[in-house]
Amino acid sequence: MRNTSRKERLSNVTGIYEFIIGLFIIIGSLLSLIATIGAIRLPDVYTRNHAIAKATTLGVMMILLGALIYFMVFESHFNSRLLLAILFIFMTAPISGHLIGRAAYHSGVKMAESSVTDDLGRDLQKKEKSKSRNL
Amino acid sequence: MVDTFLYIALFAISIAMSGLIYRVVKGPSVPDRVIALDGLGINLVAVVALLSILLRTSVFLDIILLIGILAFIGTVAFAKYLEKGEIIKRDRNL
Repeated sequence: MRNTSRKERLSNVTGIYEFIIGLFIIIGSLLSLIATIGAIRLPDVYTRNHAIAKATTLGVMMILLGALIYFMVFESHFNSRLLLAILFIFMTAPISGHLIGRAAYHSGVKMAESSVTDDLGRDLQKKEKSKSRNL
Repeated sequence: MVDTFLYIALFAISIAMSGLIYRVVKGPSVPDRVIALDGLGINLVAVVALLSILLRTSVFLDIILLIGILAFIGTVAFAKYLEKGEIIKRDRNL
């Protein structure tokens, strides 16, 4: 009895839930597409890293959130591993982007011609100079 | 209605992944290729999530966490290799 009434209540709002899930999924996939456009068109490795690390992470998090809502509403099954995956991607994707950008700078990948400042290079030079003066 | 959204999203993500494959193939430096491979791994997570909605099953959801962890470990190892020239230090008195 209680089960059928819940199902009836659910059927009234099914369209709204479907719309919300679809909105999450579409926005997430479009963000991934925009990240790829950035990866193709931007001039050097640092700007490409900036595009991919941010936009892809947000897009995938939105798609996983849509999947979480789908399984919660339509299959009535809360999947905690999906929530854990969202948190994990949110924590680790910026870290891997940072590590790759750092490795690219220290392995000597050049910046684009149009970039104007290089504060990290200036600071590294200053550090090198003070170290040689102390010796 | 969800299925239509799912097909559109899968189409968009497949275009995104082929663009990243272009960057993997062409990318002038090694960090370019590593970044693009990391992005491919994260997009693969999205593909698995969309397919598990499409097939109406929740048994593939463990794979999402697994691919996320593997992509992170691979990227960290490659970044350390590029920066230091070795992944695990041989010095025992670290």
